[in-house]
Order: sequence, then structure tokens, then C-alpha cells
Amino acid sequence: MLTVKNISKKYKMGDEIVVALDRVSLSIEQSEMMAIVGASGSGKSTLMHILGCLDRPDSGQYFLQGKEVSKLPNNDLANIRNRKIGFVFQFFNLLPRMTALENVELPLLYAGHPAAKDEAAAALKQVNLESRMYHEPQQLSGGQRQRVAIARALVTNPSIILADEPTGNLDSKSNEEILKIFQKLNDQGRTIIVVTHDPDIAKKCQRQVKIRDGQLL
Amino acid sequence: MLIWTLIKISLKGLWANKMRSFLAVLGIIIGVGAVITMLALAEGAKKEITKKVSSLGSDLMVIRPGQKENRGVRNELFETISLKDAETLLKKVPEILHLSPVVRSGAQVKYLSSNTNVPVTGAALTYFAIRNFTLQKGRAFSEPETLQMARVAVIGAQTAEDLFGKQDPIGKIIKVTGLNFKIIGLLEVKGDQGWYNPDNQLIIPYTTAMKRLFGLKHLGGIDLQLKKGVNPTLAEEKINRIMRDQHRLPPEMPSDFTLQSQAELLKALNSVSMVLTMLLGGIASISLLVGGIGIMNIMLVTVTERTREIGIRKALGAKNGDILRQFLFESILLSLLGGGIGIGLGFLSCYLINTFSTSMQTFNRPFYVFIAFSFSAAVGIFFGFYPAFRAAKQNPIDALRYE
Repeated sequence: MLTVKNISKKYKMGDEIVVALDRVSLSIEQSEMMAIVGASGSGKSTLMHILGCLDRPDSGQYFLQGKEVSKLPNNDLANIRNRKIGFVFQFFNLLPRMTALENVELPLLYAGHPAAKDEAAAALKQVNLESRMYHEPQQLSGGQRQRVAIARALVTNPSIILADEPTGNLDSKSNEEILKIFQKLNDQGRTIIVVTHDPDIAKKCQRQVKIRDGQLL
Repeated sequence: MLIWTLIKISLKGLWANKMRSFLAVLGIIIGVGAVITMLALAEGAKKEITKKVSSLGSDLMVIRPGQKENRGVRNELFETISLKDAETLLKKVPEILHLSPVVRSGAQVKYLSSNTNVPVTGAALTYFAIRNFTLQKGRAFSEPETLQMARVAVIGAQTAEDLFGKQDPIGKIIKVTGLNFKIIGLLEVKGDQGWYNPDNQLIIPYTTAMKRLFGLKHLGGIDLQLKKGVNPTLAEEKINRIMRDQHRLPPEMPSDFTLQSQAELLKALNSVSMVLTMLLGGIASISLLVGGIGIMNIMLVTVTERTREIGIRKALGAKNGDILRQFLFESILLSLLGGGIGIGLGFLSCYLINTFSTSMQTFNRPFYVFIAFSFSAAVGIFFGFYPAFRAAKQNPIDALRYE
């Protein structure tokens, strides 16, 4: 389903060149729930950004559902992000001054979806937030915000969910809740990739991949 | 993305930063207000000029002496129009309604101890009709008085006040360069025209002026009025031809007189006020330009501040075009909002000028509103494009990481 071959990525930080990914190859099957584990600075976030088509590798190939995507034009990548991939970020990344419903609607608007409001409401229902639809992010707790973010990731019905430290900013109760949702989504047949440094979360996944200094162990 | 969603998102963004949005559009508000006020002022001035010129007599045509060339030597004395020309024109051009010979000169006028230099016009009775002069008191001179070279005068309101103060001028005897004249009429006030003041003059029969007062053999010119419905261009050509015949000018010689109609004068003045309009409008549009730069400044700040939002939107599938449109739309909306308020401001200042100013009047045209509004939209597009472009071309991952 997802295959990267020999991808490398370098960054320039001041005068220093940092190798974030060094010839990484990885394959992820459909309906897998996988954890990418590593310390901060290990290159795990860079790997996730490339898998999520937010960034391109300097070299190597990336096949998404059998199609090489690393060289596609920006607009095609935007379409892939819109339809095939759902993102869940550590800091939620909800837009302020917009209600939960409007936040969840957003990907559908960019997709040109006709019945955005109904779909967004249904997605919020999936994460048990139908009672908070018209609240703005500031009026919601951390766990609720992350559930809104998950609803937003779900709303275009993508086959892959990418989560970057999804529980990093949450208390343990919310933590449990979020993981339960991920497991439920995985049961529905979605591929879930969680980037984390927390071994407890990694243990809940079927498969763990460890990364250090830009290389898989 | 749907246009309605775009409007909603843009409005939300603007509303969230009310004070900043207002300051951003302040320049546009002032600019549009200034453009509308200036154009309306210029239009008001144009109307005023047209009104004043028309009050000098409509369908008026004047013939004035030009330079006469005699075997290559130019005669500078301007003695080219004679009384005979006037008589011939009256006989041969049926299109003429009224015609009056005119002589003009300054003269020393005395009444008791008052002593002033006054422009004296010698003319026929018809002159009053041609020049739209009406009398507030007394009468104009008659035909017999003209034939007899009577020493009678009609006096301008200003001159009357200078000489007699509050006293009734009718029947008073004044001395004009030593000759006694009787005041028989007082002109209605017309107002200073700038280049000449019709309220400061004496009008006497041209016969008296030529023979008794100034000793002139030639005319200072001929004023005439055409009949209603006459084609002025054709009449002008005819008068021109007859005058040239009279003066026995061969075709290659330039005319030794000039023929000017009120319509031409009006045209010339209109072109002057056109320049005035463009000048005022141009100055005002500079402030619109400055307003546009203000919008660009705020939009650049907004784009930087919302870098993370741009990253999020891109992660969710927004294309470069979606982001470009969103920010461009915001700046257009800002400018149009400013344009709308500016139009209100412009109308308000026009109203205030019309109410409180005695010397200036404004006149607004819907076209000016249209100009100001489309100009502000153009400013929004032009100055909004660069910030929007900067927003759109951001790399999603850099934008997401922006703190």
C-alpha cells in the first residue's frame, strides 16, 4: 500500500547540513496499524511528512497505492493530501475562530464537496462530539480538540491516517480515548501510522518501526 | 472552493481583526472620499463658469479687429472695423437678430468730489439685449438719443455706488472727461466675471462715444446675436465672407478681424475646467494609491501572522490557487469596504461644502462614484496580489512548523 525505497532527506540548519533521513526503505500494508518510534531529532517527523506528501524526499522513491508520487506537481500532492490521507497533529492544528463543525468541513470545501455540512456532522458523531459542533476550539478541552482533529482527518474518508504524537499533549484519560478511536478506525480497514516516542502507545500497534539518526533499526 | 465560502472565510478574518482592518482601509476611505469630493468640486466649478458665461448673453457673437497687413507691414492700430461694416452686416445677413457697434475706452468720471476711472462702452440700444443687461432703475437710451449723440449714460451698479454711495443715481449729472452726462439708467448687478466686471462701467450711445467723447473713426468691434434656430456655423461663415468682401481681402490674405462666438468661448473654458478636473482627480488618486500601499502592508502582516493557518489549510488539501484566492479576496473585500465607506464620506463632504461654503459648489455624477469604486477594487487586486502570492507559494511543511 505504502512503499518508500531508499529515501533521503537533508536539511540545512545554519551552516550545518543535517541528514534527517538516510536511505530509508519501508513498506506498510493495507489496514496495518503501525508505530514509528524514535527520540526527537531521529527523523521520524520528517518520515511522516514525506509519507503524508507534505514534503518531498531529496532522493529515493515513494509509491502510494502503486503510484510513484514523490515527483508529482504540487496540486496533485494537494489532492492526495485532501482525499487519501488524514492528518492528526500533536498540537491539534485547528483553526481558531471557527466552530468544530467548520473546522471539520474544511477538507470537504477544498474537495468541492456538495453536502459538506452533513458529512462534517457525521464525522463529529463518529468521535462522539455531536454535542460540541458549534463550539470553537478555545471552548473545548484538549481531548475534545484532538477528537475534532480526528473527525477532520476522517471526513474525506481517506484510507490512511497519519498521526504525529497524537497524545503528546493529553492527559492519560484522553489518551485512552484517542487510542480507542484509532483502533476502531483500524478495525474499519484504515491504515494507521502513529509517530510517537511513547513506548506504551507503540505497544498497542501491530507493528513497530524504530528510527534513529535517520535510519531504521 | 465555493465563492460563498470564500466570502465567509474572508469576512471572518476581517471581523476578527476589526481595528486593524479599519486602519488598513482608512487610506482607501480617505482616498475615495477625496476623489469624489475633488471631482464634484471641479464639476461644480464647471457648472458655475457655464452659468456665468451664459448670463453674458446667449448666441452672442463678437467681431473684433485683428492685425492688418499692408504690404508686409503690420498695422498695429487695430483700426479695421468701421461703422459701414456693421450697417452692411445688418443689411445682408438676415440671420442676425440684434447687432450693436461697440467702442470701448477708459475715461475719467467726476461727480462732486468723487473722481474715478471707469471703462466706458459706446453701444447701440440693442447692446442691452445682446449682452443680457437689464435695468433695475430708469431706462436705456432711445433711437433718437443715439442719432442726436445725446449725452446720456446708463451706469453699472458698482460704479454708481462708487460715485453716489447710497444716493439714487438717476438724473444725476456727471462729468466724463470734462463733458456733462446725465444718468438715465442703472444696471442690474451681474457679478464679477473675473476677466471683466460688467458692474463697473458706463454705457453711452456709440455715436456720442465716437464723435463727442473719444473722437474715433473706427469701431472697437461689433457684438451681435443670432436668431433662434439659426445654424451658428453657417451664419459665422456668412458673416466672415461678407466682412472679407467689405475689406476687399484677397483669398490668400489672413482676415484683419476675429470672429468669436460665445459657444467657442464656452468650449475653451470647458477645456480649462477639464484640465482642472483631471488635476484635482489626479491629486486625489495619489491618496488612493497610498491607501493601496496601506492595504498591502496589512495584508503582508496578515499573511506572516497566519503562516500556520496556511500550513494547516495546505495539509488539508488546499491548493496554491485556493490560498491565493482566499487572501486576494480578503484584500479586495477590504478595498471595496473602504470604497463604500469612502463614497459615503465623499457625499458627506460634498453636502457640507454645498451647505456651508458660499464660494464653492459641488456637483456629483454617478460616473464619479463608479470610477472611485472600481478604482478601489483595482487597488485591492493590485496591492493584494503580492501578499496573496507570498501566502500561496509557501511550502506546506515550513508553514506548519512556523511558530
